[in-house]
Parts: sequence; structure tokens; C-alpha cells
Amino acid sequence: MPFKSSGEGDRTGRGIVVIAVLVVMLVAACLLSLGLGPTGVGLADLWAYMTGRGDALSVQERVILEAVRLPRTALGLVVGAGLAVSGAMMQGLFRNPLADPGIVGVTTGASLFAIMAIVLGNGILAPVSFWLGPEFLPLMAFCGGLINTWILYAISTRQGQTSTTTLILSGIAISALSMALIGLLVTMADDRQLRDITFWQLGSLGGATMPRVWSVLPFTLSVIVIMPFVARGLDALMLGDAAAYHMGVPVQKLKRVIIVAVAAACGATVAVTGSIGFVGIIVPHLLRIAMGPSHRFLLPGSALGGGVLLLVADSVARTIAAPAELPIGVVTALFGAPVFLFLLIGRNSGTRDMG
Amino acid sequence: MIIADDITVSRGGRKLLDRVGITLEPGKFTVVIGPNGAGKSTLMKVLSGEMKPDQGHVSYYGSSVGLWSTAELAKRRAVLPQAVQLAFPFTALEIARMGAVAKGALNPSDEARKALSRVGLRGFESRPYPSLSGGEQQRVQFARALAQVPQAVDGETPCALFLDEPTASLDLGHQISVLEIARDFASAGGMVLAILHDLNLAAEFADHLVVLHHGRVVAEGPCTDTVNDETIAAVYGITGTVGRLPAAHIPYVLPQSRYR
Repeated sequence: MPFKSSGEGDRTGRGIVVIAVLVVMLVAACLLSLGLGPTGVGLADLWAYMTGRGDALSVQERVILEAVRLPRTALGLVVGAGLAVSGAMMQGLFRNPLADPGIVGVTTGASLFAIMAIVLGNGILAPVSFWLGPEFLPLMAFCGGLINTWILYAISTRQGQTSTTTLILSGIAISALSMALIGLLVTMADDRQLRDITFWQLGSLGGATMPRVWSVLPFTLSVIVIMPFVARGLDALMLGDAAAYHMGVPVQKLKRVIIVAVAAACGATVAVTGSIGFVGIIVPHLLRIAMGPSHRFLLPGSALGGGVLLLVADSVARTIAAPAELPIGVVTALFGAPVFLFLLIGRNSGTRDMG
Repeated sequence: MIIADDITVSRGGRKLLDRVGITLEPGKFTVVIGPNGAGKSTLMKVLSGEMKPDQGHVSYYGSSVGLWSTAELAKRRAVLPQAVQLAFPFTALEIARMGAVAKGALNPSDEARKALSRVGLRGFESRPYPSLSGGEQQRVQFARALAQVPQAVDGETPCALFLDEPTASLDLGHQISVLEIARDFASAGGMVLAILHDLNLAAEFADHLVVLHHGRVVAEGPCTDTVNDETIAAVYGITGTVGRLPAAHIPYVLPQSRYR
């Protein structure tokens, strides 16, 4: 084991090593994502562009790099980081390694409102749609995520105490209700709307533009910015609300901050890219095996790892069936689900090795 | 000095605590005994600041507990809860480290290591918490509490240690060693409040014994005044047990006899 001096049972050194490895992987994933595509623009052109010799490239090549590849890579990075960190935080909050932003209803709330935007955009909601223009769908999804989370939080908080069990149970109920409403909307939808819904639901980085990246960034940054302030609290929360309070953690404030930040980050990413599953579960899970469950390293590791996973998945999604593109949600689920099942089966032997 | 005054807590129309007053003094080991449902844990929750009483108030060093920030309070009193379950495989060291971090230790890993060896868990640092036995888990939690208040007196301020059934799931040897650590903490000028079920241990270690029954203090004082036939009979419903030897065919083990 590296960093012998950190001593028995202290995985600080291991955390640092894993973070360093993830940084390298992320750089590699960015290069892969930027250099890969159905057109002939490759790593050599990218290198030329980055070293300031962009003049040597044709206009078309520059446009592909600047207007297609760059926003797509940036969006993958932001969305992947946001989803994975949100997942890690929810799992910490609920003390459950299988918890996911989907559980608190962020995803279904955002989906419901997005589909509402698609189906009712030309009907009842036409004035709103006209007013908001291209931002209509993202904003609707974001609002849906926030509204659902707020309702759940209000239901499960009594006398200033948020009950995790009530939150999960009501999350399941609200999700079911949202799914039912989505079903109603789908039966109302015409053929074109159905197609839009299907593709939006599967998720894609395809429509990436720099303005879109800028629109998600502040929301995702909310989870990134709070990382150093909530890491210790989340660790303490593993021992229960009371123990965390005894160790000086303002538990209610911590929960509130995390719930709002996660709702913002997930709502916004769902809005822009549709629902992309498994990133929020698989990344923190793998990292816990690699470096232990302490949030000091788990949160930044998840940000990096989420970016890596999404960029790699997106690279696969757009090259494996080129020139056609697979929805990225299909790729993450196709790889994520078996890996996840494998982990569950091997869990007993896997997590015992603590180093 | 930690003072709880005139504490009443009602839940669902039932009074869990009924006008209870208790004072924790520096240098004193206070033990609360009483049957199940007497309100012992509720009293500890109120004293630690975790639960707000419906009536009465708690003060730390003369200031109301509500005026203390959660973080400041944590630097002066640590709480050992009853059995703690964990869904994630933290190591024993990482658990103890949390207490040291709450204290604001400059080198929390070293402090955690020290605390683990104080509870006899040297060599257990890298063991995943979920794989430990119940008693070992309990001692890791005790190490976490000790790492949170490593000194009985911090500067000028006496610190407090709250132990909710610290001896549950421990073997006899470890029951005594855990309580000895707590007594040393009190002797060094700290405040200790422990909930115990074992009356022998309570009688041996308590400087001040509080008998709680149906949410009321029915007796308090040194053990010689409180552990007597009338009180035990009134509270636990068993008579003729104090200071008598059992029938000749039953061997008995009294840990406090080890000093004779």
C-alpha cells in the first residue's frame, strides 16, 4: 500500500492516490471525447488547435471542434460530475448505498414537467412556452425537480426533524404519482410529441451548445461548491442524526442544504440531457470500494469519476453505431446495470478488504 | 457545571419526564438507574441538548444550552449512544477519527489511534466496523467519544462525557475497564453521566446516584443512601436483595469484591 506513513486503518493516502488517478483518467477522457467523432477531425487536429496552430485547420474542422466537440465534452463533464456527486450526497444523507436522486423524486419531477412542456407546449402552456422560448423545457424540468423535492421535504419534516424513512416512502409515492401523470400525458400526446418524449427520456448529450453548458453550470456548481462544507457532516451522519448532532454537526441545516443543492443539480441536468441513469449509483459505489466511504475523498472523487464515466459512455454512444448515435442513457444502463449487479453479488468479498 | 432544572417532557399525552432536576458537577461520576421506560435516555437527550424539553431548561456553565452553537457544545461534551449500526464499511480508526475531528484536533488520526488504544483496541485500526462484534463496536464508539473530549478539563473548562448504557454487550472485564476510564475522566475534573442497568456497577462507580422511576427522581445521593431495600423494592419490584448473600447453591460474582 502506498503512503505507509499514514498508517493502519487510515485511508487518507489511498484517497489521495485515487483522486490523482481519476484526474489523469479525466484528462484522458476529455481528449478522447474531444478527438473522437464521425468526422475526420482527430487528436492531431485537436493538438494543433490547442497549441495555437489553429490557423492550419480548415474552417470546417475548427467549427466541429469549437461548436460541436467542445460543448459536448464540457456538458458531459458538468452533467457527469453533477449526477455522481448528487448520488453520493443522497446516499450519505439516507445512509443507504442504493439511494439515488431518483428516490427523492427529483428525476421524476423533472421528467414530469419536461414532458408537460413537450405535450402541453402548444396547448395550455403555449404562452409560457412562447415567453421562455428555447429555455422552456429546461426550466420546466428544473422547476419540477425542485417542486417535488420541496413537497417531499415538507411532508417528511415534523418539528424541524427530517425523517429519512418518511422521505424515502413519500418519495416512492410521489414518484409513482408523477409516473402516472406522465402516463396520462403520453396518452394525450400525438406521434411527433411521443417521439420527442422517447428521445428526451433516453437522454443525450447530442444537443450540446455552449449556452446550454452555461445554463447547467451554476446548478451543478451548487453541489460542487458545498462539497468541502458537507463532507464531514455526511461522515458523521453515517452514525445517525443524534450522533452527528453530538459531534457538532447542525443536522437540519446540513440536510436542507444538500436537498436543495441536489434538487438544483439534478433538475438542471435532467432538463438539459434527459434522464441518464446509473451514474449517481455506480460511480460512488466503485469509489467506496477503491478508497473507503469517507466523504472527504468520495465527493471530489465522484465529481471526477462522474465526468470520466459520462465522457466515455458518450464517446461509445456516438461511435459504436456511427453515423447513428445511441442515446447515452442506453449506454450507461447497458454497462452500468451488469456492473452494478456484479458488485452486489460480489459485495461480501469486495468490501471486506479495507487495506 | 451542567444543570437541568424542572425538566418535563410529554409525548403522546404521557409524561416521560416529570419535573426532573439534575446537576452534573466537575469531578463527579453521576449514574442514573431505573427500570425500562423510566425516562433515563430521555433525560440524557435533554441534557445533551439533543431534545428540547416541554418545560424547564438546561444550562452549560451558566448559559442556556440553546445559546451554545452545536459545534461549540461538541468540543465540551461527547455522547456514547446505544448500539450504532453502519451501512458503510468505515474502519475502526475512521470512526474514532470523527470524534477527533469534532474536537478540532490538529492531527485527528493520531488522536483516534490514542483513543482506540485507551479502550484496548490497538491493532483494530483497519478493521471494518461492520465486521466487529457488538462489544467491539461499542468500544470503538467509546473511543470516538473519548477522542472528542480527550482531556477532562480543556483549558479551564471541565468537559462532559455522557454514556448511555456503556456496558451493554460488553464482557465483565471490559465493563469494568470502560467504567474505570470514565471514573478517571471524572477524577481528573471532568463530568460524567452514565445510564447503567447493573446496580452493582452503579453502586461501585457512582459518586452520585439518581434513581428514576416513571419519569420522576425517586431517590438521589451517594449509593449508600439510594441502593437500599425500600428503593429497589419500590422501583424494580424485587425485595430483600440488597446486601444479602444468595442461597448457598448459587455461585455469585460481584465485581466490586475485587478490591477486598
